[in-house]
Amino acid sequence: MLAKRIIPCLDVTAGRVVKGVSFVELRDAGDPVEIARRYDEQGADELAFLDITASSDDRGIIFRIIEQVASQVFIPLTVGGGVREVGDVRNLLNAGADKVSINTSAVLNPQLVADAAGRYGSQCIVVAIDAKQIGSGRWDVFTHGGRKATGLDVVEWAKKMQCLGAGEILLTSMDRDGQKNGFDLPLTRAVTDALEIPVIASGGAGNLQHLADGVKQGGADAVLAASIFHFGEYTVQQAKRFMATRGIEVRL
Amino acid sequence: MIDVAVVDYGMGNLRSVEQALRKVAPDDKIIVSDDAKVIADARRVVFPGQGAMPDCMRELETRGLRDAVLETARNKPFLGICIGMQMLFDHSTEGNVAGLGILRGEVVRFAANMRDAQGDKLKVPHMGWNRVRRIERPASHEGDATVAPSPSGRGLGRGSALEHPLWAGIPQDERFYFVHSYYVCPQDAALVQGTSDYPRPFTCAVALDNLFGVQFHPEKSQTAGLKLLQNFVQWNP
Repeated sequence: MLAKRIIPCLDVTAGRVVKGVSFVELRDAGDPVEIARRYDEQGADELAFLDITASSDDRGIIFRIIEQVASQVFIPLTVGGGVREVGDVRNLLNAGADKVSINTSAVLNPQLVADAAGRYGSQCIVVAIDAKQIGSGRWDVFTHGGRKATGLDVVEWAKKMQCLGAGEILLTSMDRDGQKNGFDLPLTRAVTDALEIPVIASGGAGNLQHLADGVKQGGADAVLAASIFHFGEYTVQQAKRFMATRGIEVRL
Repeated sequence: MIDVAVVDYGMGNLRSVEQALRKVAPDDKIIVSDDAKVIADARRVVFPGQGAMPDCMRELETRGLRDAVLETARNKPFLGICIGMQMLFDHSTEGNVAGLGILRGEVVRFAANMRDAQGDKLKVPHMGWNRVRRIERPASHEGDATVAPSPSGRGLGRGSALEHPLWAGIPQDERFYFVHSYYVCPQDAALVQGTSDYPRPFTCAVALDNLFGVQFHPEKSQTAGLKLLQNFVQWNP
């Protein structure tokens, strides 16, 4: 049967992988190509790259990184950050990305999701949703790294994105991101139950039990984590073995 | 002379396929081409596909590549990947479109509201790493078609004469990377070279003479995928 996926996420700026808590206190984690190769060797099922470069002058760096990774690592690569138009999707795919994730621009221009999926296929369009809890069992979509409220309900928004052609949802809890106290499981469960397309749980993984909980309790099809892998706390292989002991089907 | 031509009919991203072929065949001349003549003259052809099958069929026509694909699929080592394999069949329920009709059978969608043994929802697209159960018997259509694929696919030892050459060195039940909502249903069970479960078995690899087709993406399936591509570039059916 289909395995649940573990996806290490590399936040990239100025050619380096960094990780911070809620987008502040950035800590250098190393060279993206080297890190990508390491995770591939450890058995990562996919890799996600998020270009968090603020200046548009430096946008070219991510293309060179993806080109290098794609010539050495033969697992799916998802790349996001600053995707504003169909041309950005094309450029990332041409550089070697297999999937492109669209976040803020999907909110500003939902038609972009439909256009990109129509042109390149749903299989390569991931819509990233940054969610914040606003009440019991209610979450709203935020943009611009969690700074801007949109007033959109996360579950309704995810359904709309599925309808427009998203092939997958990358769901990040902004409340949990960088906190290392586990995924927002009710959020993950609410979204995955409402959709036909796969959901990647993100934001808050601090240990291996959290990853297993994301799948078993949250119902996620894949789990994304950054810091627990970057700083050597766990290898991807350890994470998979742990999940297997919890009865989760993984690719070992 | 071009060793491997990857057919480019404007649908999606062929970069990954090209990169993976370069990795397994560094000395081969590999080209991504939308030129019918180049494709027809190449030693081997890889026919990928992404997106929706009606769009793929239309683009193939529009770019005048249909005949080159039809011809090479009949007489050269030919590898169809994902929708590239689906297009080899008669018909798809996706957009109710006719395929190239080289292989008998239909392309259909996974059922809605599928559940696994634990009762969890199975998402469509079927996306991620799934096990591939190889069917071990003659690759050639002239083989013993009365031998139905055994449910376990474990009837014969590894490396036996009945294993298709493209599976050489790949363990039984190895995982490959999939992303698709439709799958092929060949009329002739003898075409089936591999199946996968979601939750019921579906065909994920087919072969007929010089032709091999896979639903998964070998170019994204790490070691096992590269091995299959390496087997393909060395295959002399």
